[in-house]
Amino acid sequence: MQDPASRSDQSTGHHEVKETTCYMCACRCGIRVHLRDGEVRYIEGNPDHPLNKGIICAKGSSGIMKQVSPARLTKPLRRKASAKRGASEFEEISWDEAMGMLTERLGRLRAEDPKQFALFTGRDQMQALTGMFAKQFGTPNYAAHGGFCSVNMATGMIYSIGGSFWEFGGPDLDHAKLFVMIGTAEDHHSNPMKAAISKFKRQGGRFIAINPVRSGYGAIADEWVPIKPGTDGALFLALTNEILKTGLFDRDFLIQYTNAAELVIDDPERDDHGMFYRDTSIDVTRGCTDPQDKFWWDRNTGEVLTHTKGADPRLLGAYTMKDGTPVKTSFQLLKERVEPHTPEWAEGITGIPADTIRRLAHEMGIMARDHKIELPINWTDAWDNEHATVTGNPVAFHAMRGLAAHSNGFHTIRALSILMTVLGTIDRPGGFRHKAPFPKPIPPCPKPPHGPEAVQPNTPLDGLPLGWPARPEDLFVDDQGEPVRIDKAFSWEYPLAAHGLMHNVITNAWRGDPYPIDTLFLFMANMAWNSSMNTVETRKMLVDQHENGEYKIPFIVVCDTYASETVAFADLVLPDTTYLERHDVLSMLDRPISEFDGPVDAVRLPVLPPKGECRPFQDVIIDLGARLGLPAFTNEDGTAKFRNYRDFVVNYETSPGSGIGFLAGYRGKFGDKALKGEPNPQQWEQYAANHCFFHHELPRSYQFMRNWNKGYLHWARAHGLTKWAEPITLHIYSEVLQRFRAAAQGKWPGRRPPERYRERIETFFDPLPFYYEPLETQRIDKNRYPLNALTQRPMAMYHSWDSQNAWLRQLHSHNYLFVNPKVAIAQGIQDGDWIWVESHLNRVKCMCRYSEAVEPGTVWTWNAIGKGAGAWGLSARADESKKGFLLNHVIGEELPVVPGDGSQVLSNSDPLTGQAAWYDVRVRIYKAGPDEKQITEPQFTPMKALPGQLTRPRSRWQAYVAGVFGRK
Amino acid sequence: MHPAFSVIFLTTLLGAGQGLFLALITGQVYSRIHLIDAQSSDYYFHGSLIALALLVLGLIASFFHLGRPERAWRAASKWRTSWLSREVIVLPVLMGLVALFSLIHWMGWTQPFVVAGDDALPVDASLLVGVMGAIVAFALFVATAMIYASVKFLQEWASPLTVVNFTFFGLASGFMLAAAYSAWLGNDLVTFFGTWAVIFTAIAFLSRGASLLRNRHIKYRSNLKTAIGVRHRDIAQKSQGFSAGSFNTREFFHHRSPGTLRRVTAVFMLLVFPVPVVLIGVAYVTKSPTLPILAFLIQYLGLVAERWYFFAEAQHPQNLYYQTVS
Amino acid sequence: MTQLALVIDLNVCVGCHACVTSCKQWNTSGWAGPMVDENPYDAAPTGTFFNRVQTFEVGNYPNTETVHFPKSCLHCEDPPCVPVCPTGASYKREDNGVVLVDYDKCIGCKYCSWACPYGMREVDTQQKVMKKCTLCIDRITDQSLPEAERKPACVLACPTSARLFGDVQNPDSEVSIAIRERGGYALMPEWGTQPANHYLPRHKNRMHITEDDLLRTNNPLKKEDITVYHGEETLEDVTW
Repeated sequence: MQDPASRSDQSTGHHEVKETTCYMCACRCGIRVHLRDGEVRYIEGNPDHPLNKGIICAKGSSGIMKQVSPARLTKPLRRKASAKRGASEFEEISWDEAMGMLTERLGRLRAEDPKQFALFTGRDQMQALTGMFAKQFGTPNYAAHGGFCSVNMATGMIYSIGGSFWEFGGPDLDHAKLFVMIGTAEDHHSNPMKAAISKFKRQGGRFIAINPVRSGYGAIADEWVPIKPGTDGALFLALTNEILKTGLFDRDFLIQYTNAAELVIDDPERDDHGMFYRDTSIDVTRGCTDPQDKFWWDRNTGEVLTHTKGADPRLLGAYTMKDGTPVKTSFQLLKERVEPHTPEWAEGITGIPADTIRRLAHEMGIMARDHKIELPINWTDAWDNEHATVTGNPVAFHAMRGLAAHSNGFHTIRALSILMTVLGTIDRPGGFRHKAPFPKPIPPCPKPPHGPEAVQPNTPLDGLPLGWPARPEDLFVDDQGEPVRIDKAFSWEYPLAAHGLMHNVITNAWRGDPYPIDTLFLFMANMAWNSSMNTVETRKMLVDQHENGEYKIPFIVVCDTYASETVAFADLVLPDTTYLERHDVLSMLDRPISEFDGPVDAVRLPVLPPKGECRPFQDVIIDLGARLGLPAFTNEDGTAKFRNYRDFVVNYETSPGSGIGFLAGYRGKFGDKALKGEPNPQQWEQYAANHCFFHHELPRSYQFMRNWNKGYLHWARAHGLTKWAEPITLHIYSEVLQRFRAAAQGKWPGRRPPERYRERIETFFDPLPFYYEPLETQRIDKNRYPLNALTQRPMAMYHSWDSQNAWLRQLHSHNYLFVNPKVAIAQGIQDGDWIWVESHLNRVKCMCRYSEAVEPGTVWTWNAIGKGAGAWGLSARADESKKGFLLNHVIGEELPVVPGDGSQVLSNSDPLTGQAAWYDVRVRIYKAGPDEKQITEPQFTPMKALPGQLTRPRSRWQAYVAGVFGRK
Repeated sequence: MHPAFSVIFLTTLLGAGQGLFLALITGQVYSRIHLIDAQSSDYYFHGSLIALALLVLGLIASFFHLGRPERAWRAASKWRTSWLSREVIVLPVLMGLVALFSLIHWMGWTQPFVVAGDDALPVDASLLVGVMGAIVAFALFVATAMIYASVKFLQEWASPLTVVNFTFFGLASGFMLAAAYSAWLGNDLVTFFGTWAVIFTAIAFLSRGASLLRNRHIKYRSNLKTAIGVRHRDIAQKSQGFSAGSFNTREFFHHRSPGTLRRVTAVFMLLVFPVPVVLIGVAYVTKSPTLPILAFLIQYLGLVAERWYFFAEAQHPQNLYYQTVS
Repeated sequence: MTQLALVIDLNVCVGCHACVTSCKQWNTSGWAGPMVDENPYDAAPTGTFFNRVQTFEVGNYPNTETVHFPKSCLHCEDPPCVPVCPTGASYKREDNGVVLVDYDKCIGCKYCSWACPYGMREVDTQQKVMKKCTLCIDRITDQSLPEAERKPACVLACPTSARLFGDVQNPDSEVSIAIRERGGYALMPEWGTQPANHYLPRHKNRMHITEDDLLRTNNPLKKEDITVYHGEETLEDVTW
């Protein structure tokens, strides 16, 4: 064998390196793809990329297998006329035929009733384009998967602090000294987070993980605090109580930068009870902002306008205004709210000992107070006060679905935001830091349309399909207060559903409530499997027919790269490309990859030619837009405005001459402008020359305190990130929520909810966070279903769809239910036994695995490892379908109906935001009978291979070698 | 360890072949010094052919264990460090000597060059080759057994008893075969070989019994604490890092229940030791020409079970890393 | 003398498996490849991997540690797998101490795998030879790569930089310093194999709070008027 030291890999075959951006998950690292004779040799992290700086994860390293997966679709397909939907019997058609079919059908719907067309997309990261297409089409029925992902996280935080964990902000672990991670174990921001935690730990930072399960990042925490699922809100209230009681809050921060010291009208008899006391006559900016017409109580002079120079406002107390109006400070209201929520109270709910809660509060408070960071950075606040330094209270938090995916998640996350605020950690070193385009006004300015008149034939939608309601008038309801959207988002049922409720679309369309639709277009969303709850029934709804034989959902289009379970239910299948075969943008208009220090966006460039007849979905959308004559995609003479997506990205502007397009970098004729500037024909090339990203590093003085940083706010307005340069005061007390509550109480001058929603709105639109037991739990027999059941994705599969990946599936080909041995033994269940997991809805059979790293009231499993037989290019005998299982079968998409609801059907979702409450499910477990087959249940008829799907290798083995694989 | 039949047959067939050859030499020496009746050249010729056949069969079995048997010749190169390499060298030497021994008898080259004493010990070519072969056969026992005994962290194997066992199992089965061969021919060496076979079987019983006892009380030097370097009483693997099997789960574990192992132990303790001894004893009394053959076959079958158990009982420390899927 | 090795920091490893698949993709098309996959899309998928990440639970609820444990060839200084090889296919390089297999010499007898207490060797079921971690020998010795990239694929990939790479014989190397200062240890020291790879243990950061921390003179509550008066009756209303 040749001496390995005497050879160079690059001299084998023809070697090329191309840069692009990974899309094995939502993290979006920069990658360098090495090709040997045109086949992928090696995918490495791009050391020049700001996000991952050269590192890459298990998924990114397995991109090769994604290209050669037998699950790949390569031809447009039409369901055979003779075949039942769901039988997975298709015939190949040409793209012309496919586009013809779509144009004819969608053209008709657009001319008659645009909302008959619903477009819902999965984890696509191209919502800027798909949302624009929906708006142009004129349908309100558009959303991505955020509704079942983590909309509570987005709304709970954005409605409190103007930014959120997610792509929009995160913990500043470079400066933090205490890091508290709750309700998450792995994340969107996967590789940077891993790198940051490692660095944080090595710098001596203290890391506390609060979670029912110790896994993922929590494995390396200095302390694990087990908590019962869905009770995090109780913990935050108790922590806040202890911090308030011991005086460990940051008083100056609260006064200057939050509404804590602002005065709220405190007279239940008055219609404006609970609203801020305002002087609406004074001349301040009023728009999509928080007008500065509110008051403080100066200790010497009494009522003064907020931010009056020289004022020394009270943070606590009840006062009487000159006009006799009784008021209290927001902070006083918060204090009264949390007072009964002692650590002892929380212990009974969370399972965390009161002493531990108290100690956690002290650790947070003392770390924030006694280990402050002063960075020598001059900055000017929005009230023209000069500051010589930026102060940081180095306590950082991070949270995600463990908080969000509960029906009490919005208030839980509000409570967390308030805890972070009370500690004075918002957009400060070592705390929570925003990422561009955030912070935004609370709530952000885009609003959904306000009524059914926004939907008109052959006309773009009047408004955006998704937005951020600030008052009842912003709801998307008709005169009777009933929903206009198919998913009932922005209705009185789910007023703040900023990401829609994709998880209810199929059920609602099937039931015809609020109305039936004609065409459901799903892009990259596995709604017949792990993206739906109550999967068994959902699959039935997809194939359910009226008596006349017509399907209840008449036409289903699925665009995907792989033969997912959902593809089997399509009438028309459009084959998408992989991430290595396309142009993509990670846009400032959508979910960019910004850093704390400034905006970053990025592109994907094709490294490989599309396989078979695959077409990038964006090209299809732009083509379809032109064929349908949608204004943004056509010239006045009716011809297509853009050749393809590449062309579109360069030339499209949000409005003519706005200078804002999908990419923020290298704008202007010569590519010398950032964020705003006329189209640059060389934009793609310039991104390519800069490792596929654009990073605009802000001046140091703009990098912190951005909610109130005058320089930053004006810069952001000048560069089109926001419309307003007003300070974004943090909402400890949410007047926004109070407006909805007032409407329910009949005290709001405008829109009011229909009678059946009044109590619901009044209860849940509490301006201060509160804890309530998850809605499903309130409605079931907790003694019968004593356990919480959770799912999480393993790191090697997080945010991926890679059971079709020969390497990744070897790491997780099937899953077990993890059970605390104490609980299992009490049930006579041995490690490895076959068991049933039963909820109020359904039951699944699976194998049990003992774990000491799970709170005894909880059982959990790796999510979406179980697959439908035959799907994803796997054999029908594959472990994924025979030994793997999907917990979704036992999770309801709707709440059990109880008399208290007036027999109305409600989504199993957060009553404020419509966030799917899939972490609320409660189960019981019991041993499977000795005669029961050792196979997971439910089982489904194996999905047949599709025409054009790459076939599995004929031999029982394969060995990938770049340059020769597939050429033998 | 996973008991591979290639290696089971390799070691048992070689052992029987070596033992048979040693029995023939023993017989020849005894007859030369007139302690037992002299046998014809044909007797030794056919007998050593059988021994050679067993060695060849063993060798063939070994090829099934190799991924690349066509390169087996390379295995002779590292005799300085590898017992396997030594075995690979010694085995063909033995085969050559056995073949030569066979040839000498076939060709009748048995004229003594030297006669010691008064016809007390006539030394001919066959005797010289035979004694050399005997030495090499013993060397092969050592080389074969040391392949296992030298892996120090396979604590069940890492004992001189392994060499003793391999040697005496080989001798017992070889002498038993010699008895069977004699019985089949109808000559009266059955008692001679049978008695030796019983003696070797008894010694093997003692040494194997000792190793079983020893292995039952082994204190394993490796455990999860040393395997991952974390000091705690309670450590449990939750994931071996992959869902289905791998070389690590296939090669080093038998995937049988403890009950199966106990049954196999009982079977070989019965088939290797008491049954053949009783059959031989009965054969003495009844002068049966077939019972010794049965005794050999039963003992060989027992040895196959013994060798299966030999592999199965060895606990490879690597298994500490491959316990659980999740 | 040089002995290249990995030092794996269990204090930061989150068990993401990046090392597992980055190794696979580099090596399957590299000098040590191919790395076969069996049943790649069927029941019981299995294949050759030089690197594994395992998970252990230490202790009992609620005092449980979840330990992710990456594991690849330890490149022992006294490798038991090398002397047992009958053909010399297994060898330890003189220049950098990396233990390798020459596939052209290997007869696939698996004896080396028996002689490895750590279970670090794999058999290639198609090529019928033994394969193992090479420390990406074809990266670390490739002078045409920039120096920063002359590292094993797993080391470059590792998101938490839990894998340090260097010469453990050089007392001033990053790896030697880490072993020395952070309590680096070897696996199964009882066998005297002297693994070159080392592991760094978990390390806990704690916060110590004294009562004085809670009783500060600058407590902001002192600035508040925390008695709230709503005009209720007082002594002044009732005494005379």
